Amino acid sequence: MTRVEVLTPGALTTIQDLGRPGWGHIGVPRSGAADRRALVLANRLVGNADGAAALETTLAGPRLRFDGAATVALSGAPVRARLDGRALGMNEALEVGPGDELKLGNASAGLRSYIAFAGGIDAPLVLGSAATDVLTGLGPAALAPGVVLALGAIAGGGRTARSPAPDPPPPWELPESVVLGVIVGPRSDWFTDASIKRLLSEPFTISQASNRIGIRLDGPVLERARPGELRSEGLVSGALQVPPDGRPILLLADHPTTGGYPVAAVVSSNDLGLAAQLRPGQEVRFRVAEVS
Amino acid sequence: MLLELPDNASVHATARFARERYGEQLVEIVPGHRTLLLVWPDASVISDISELALERASSEISIDDADQLEPIAIPIRYDGADLDAVAAGLSLSTEAVVKLHSEASYVVAFMGFSPGFPYLIADGPSQLLGQPRLQTPRTEVPAGSVAVAAGYCGIYPRSSPGGWNLLGRTDVALFDPGRERPALLEPGVRVRFEPI
Repeated sequence: MTRVEVLTPGALTTIQDLGRPGWGHIGVPRSGAADRRALVLANRLVGNADGAAALETTLAGPRLRFDGAATVALSGAPVRARLDGRALGMNEALEVGPGDELKLGNASAGLRSYIAFAGGIDAPLVLGSAATDVLTGLGPAALAPGVVLALGAIAGGGRTARSPAPDPPPPWELPESVVLGVIVGPRSDWFTDASIKRLLSEPFTISQASNRIGIRLDGPVLERARPGELRSEGLVSGALQVPPDGRPILLLADHPTTGGYPVAAVVSSNDLGLAAQLRPGQEVRFRVAEVS
Repeated sequence: MLLELPDNASVHATARFARERYGEQLVEIVPGHRTLLLVWPDASVISDISELALERASSEISIDDADQLEPIAIPIRYDGADLDAVAAGLSLSTEAVVKLHSEASYVVAFMGFSPGFPYLIADGPSQLLGQPRLQTPRTEVPAGSVAVAAGYCGIYPRSSPGGWNLLGRTDVALFDPGRERPALLEPGVRVRFEPI
C-alpha cells in the first residue's frame, strides 16, 4: 500500500471522516469533518465511500510525499496546490506517482480544505471513526512532521482524473459578509427581544479564539431577559450558545454534547459547511432560514 | 428536536420510548436534566412524527422502570482534597459527610463535559450536592475523582481541569472506547458509592 509521509503538517491538519454519531448520550461528540459536504465531495472525486478518512487542513496546508501510486483530490476552501511541480486544481482527481510531493499553500478564501486519497487513509478507528476530536482527544493526534499515513485499499477507490464530479462543486466566492440561515430558539426567550433582533440584523466578526469546537463571535452582546441558570441540555452543531458575557459561540463538529448556556438560535444544517469555512476577522450575519 | 419534560425521570422514560420506537432512525438521543434532544438525519423524517404525539406518548409511559434496575456500585476512597472544607462548610464531621454521600442513592441525570462523565443527582434533596463550585477551578483534577457541586455529583473519567469539590477517588474505568459498552454509566442508570 502506498504510504504518505508528512514533511510539514501545515497549521492544523487532522484526519477526518463523518465522525462518531450515536454516542452523544455518553458525552462523546460527533466530531468528523467540519465541512462535511466538502469532505464527501473530495471522497467521491476519488471514488471513495462518502465517509472515508481524509485530511482536513486549517488555512495553511501540509507538504506530503508519496512512496507509491495514489489518486488524490482537493475540495473545500480553495488553495494553491502543486503536485511535483504540476498545479492541482480544486475538485478534480489527479494521479500521483512514487516520490511525488504534494504541497499546499494558504487557502485563498475560506478556512478548511480536504485532501482525499483513493482508498482512504488507513487509520485506527475509535468508536467507529478515525476522526481527530480536539475537545476530547479521541482519535489520532493532529499531523506532525515525520508522521507516515498508510493509504487504504477500500474497494471502489482509484477512479481516474477523467471521472466527473458527482455533485457540482460549491460556489467559492465568499462575500464580504457571509449570511447564515438560522432557526430561532430553542432558548430565545432567555434573551430580550431587542437582543434577538440585533442577532438577526447586525454583523458579527469571527474571533481569533475559534476552532473545531466552536467559533467565538465578536459584535452585539445579547442581553438576558431573565436571571438564573439553565439546566444542562443536549447541544447540536450550529447552535449559537450564549455564555453569561452575552457573546455567542457557534458550535462546530467537536462541540460538547451537553451544556447549560442557553442557545438563542441554531444555524440551519444547510449552512453548517459554510459556517465551518469562516475565518477569524471575517464578518457574518444571521437571517431567519427559509423553511423548505 | 428538543423536548421539555417535567422532571429527569420522564427524560429517561421518554428516551427509552424514543429508542424503542424510532431507534434506528435517530442519529442521537441525548438526555439533559429536564430535556431530551432527538437528532434526526434530516427534516423529512420528522414530518410524520409530530412532537405532540411523542410528548403525549411519553406522558403515558411508566417512569418507574429505572427503579427496578440494580444500582451500579462505585468503590470509593474518601480522601478528596476538599473533603474537610466541605465538612466544615456544612458544620459536619468528615465521617458524617462520608456517611451522607455513601448512604444516598443516585441516578445519572445526563452526561457530558468529557466522555463517560456522569452528572449524578440524589434521590432526595441533598445539601451535600448543593455545594458551590470552587472560586478558582483546579487546572488538573486526577482521573477517578468523585466531586460535588451545583446540585450534582460527578466522576472525572480522566485527568482534566475542574471546579468541583473533591470528596474522593475511584479506580474503576468510567470510559474505555475499546469496550462494547464504552461508558460504565449511562443516563438513567442508578448508582451508589461503596467506601473502601
